[in-house]
Amino acid sequence: MNIIYQIGKYFILLSKVFAKPEKQSVYYKQIVKEIHSLGLNSIGIVIIISAFMGAVITLQTAYNMENPLLPLYLIGLGCRDSMILEFSSTMIALILAGKVGSSIASELGTMRVTEQIDALEIMGVNSASYLILPKIIAAVFFNPILTTISIIVGVFGGWVAVLATGVVSSEYFIIGIQYAFIPFYITYAMVKTVFFAFIITSVSSFHGYFVKGGSIEVGKASTKAVVYSSIVILLFNVILTQLLLS
Amino acid sequence: MIEAINISKSLGNLKVLDNISVKFDPGKTNLIIGQSGSGKTVFLKCLIGLFDPDEGSVMYDDVVFNKLPFKAKKKIRQKVGMMFQGGALFDSATVIENIMYPLDMFTQLSFQEKKERARFCLDRVDIKDAGHLFSAEISGGMQKRVALARAIALNPDYLFCDEPNSGLDPKTAILIDALIKEITEEFNMTTVVNTHDMNSVMEIGEKVVFIYQGRKLWEGSNKDILDSSNEELNQFVFANNLAKQLKKMNSDI
Repeated sequence: MNIIYQIGKYFILLSKVFAKPEKQSVYYKQIVKEIHSLGLNSIGIVIIISAFMGAVITLQTAYNMENPLLPLYLIGLGCRDSMILEFSSTMIALILAGKVGSSIASELGTMRVTEQIDALEIMGVNSASYLILPKIIAAVFFNPILTTISIIVGVFGGWVAVLATGVVSSEYFIIGIQYAFIPFYITYAMVKTVFFAFIITSVSSFHGYFVKGGSIEVGKASTKAVVYSSIVILLFNVILTQLLLS
Repeated sequence: MIEAINISKSLGNLKVLDNISVKFDPGKTNLIIGQSGSGKTVFLKCLIGLFDPDEGSVMYDDVVFNKLPFKAKKKIRQKVGMMFQGGALFDSATVIENIMYPLDMFTQLSFQEKKERARFCLDRVDIKDAGHLFSAEISGGMQKRVALARAIALNPDYLFCDEPNSGLDPKTAILIDALIKEITEEFNMTTVVNTHDMNSVMEIGEKVVFIYQGRKLWEGSNKDILDSSNEELNQFVFANNLAKQLKKMNSDI
């Protein structure tokens, strides 16, 4: 019963979040601020993780292709498709759930326990909309850019690994990343990214917004935000994959 | 005018407020006093709409505030200024940005006009040079002043203060009290202050409401307190030896 209650509470919060903004100019400023905070500040970690992921995928594919009948360009193809289909969308979303989700939950939780959210409500501001909507818009707008960066950097990381280790020639790798490219895979990755961005920001905001108590509860809310965001991301990964690729 | 009529409120199984009715004097400094846990903060939150009372009505100028839909409540809330116990300043904004926030949200003033208004409010609470600092960089007393400046930025009709003196030294507490009273008179606001500070009661309590275990036990002016025969009120107000002697002197006269 508690799960149904929490889901109901989540959707009631969303109905408040998507109410008409009080003053659009103030919201625009907030969106820009959130793009900086949630998006631009995540570029570094996305680049580092994607480069190493691409390199590892390439090396693992190469070391597991012992059959001489398999063409060597499959290493590049495997790296490209793994990055597009799963790693740059789902893995990066899970990492961002940890980084961005905990940050959102602790920010809102601290605002709740220090009565800053009450102060907004007293002024007549729709605090849910003012605090959460810019985060959702910023993430939904910017996470596809992060995914694109991740795909490019991941494939580049794979190529660097090829150059550094010589597991396959650079020419074969480049042929592989160009071979049998299906543009719909990019659409699939972007659709997943947009869903995951919404899940990360809304689920984490939900946990932060309704914190009761003090600093310990803020910490707990932050942990819950990461755990529940990750679970919902994995669940929707299965649903979206079945819907889009079947 | 603000009036609470038969307000009752329970939190879980605990009845926190039991049938409280109070009419606050317009244009004056009204105090809600009581021990910690007596229900005065819950009562204040019912008055400003952060809690919905289980029973009863909160009236703002003959409008039943707690029965209004969200949008209609917003209009009244824009006439309300609130000074929270901990200041509730936005910690990611500077002092001047905190004060400009309600102006940004609810006025069409230019940036320069908003800045001038914010500076006026800061000046009014005797802080001139702290505008560029973040709330974590200023003292507790200054945070209270900034909270007061933000509360009056929109020139509200009603000012609510929750424990404005908590955590302050006696001298700063007196200054904050004096400031609240001055601002109430200057802007002709109806002010409701939640406190357990007896100095505030004696200095600024034009009307005092005493809440004990969720019930209103007494109301009157600060001068009436000295003559009150209410046992719970006397035990609360004259708890220390100095206050007891004051009461005894008053009785002897």
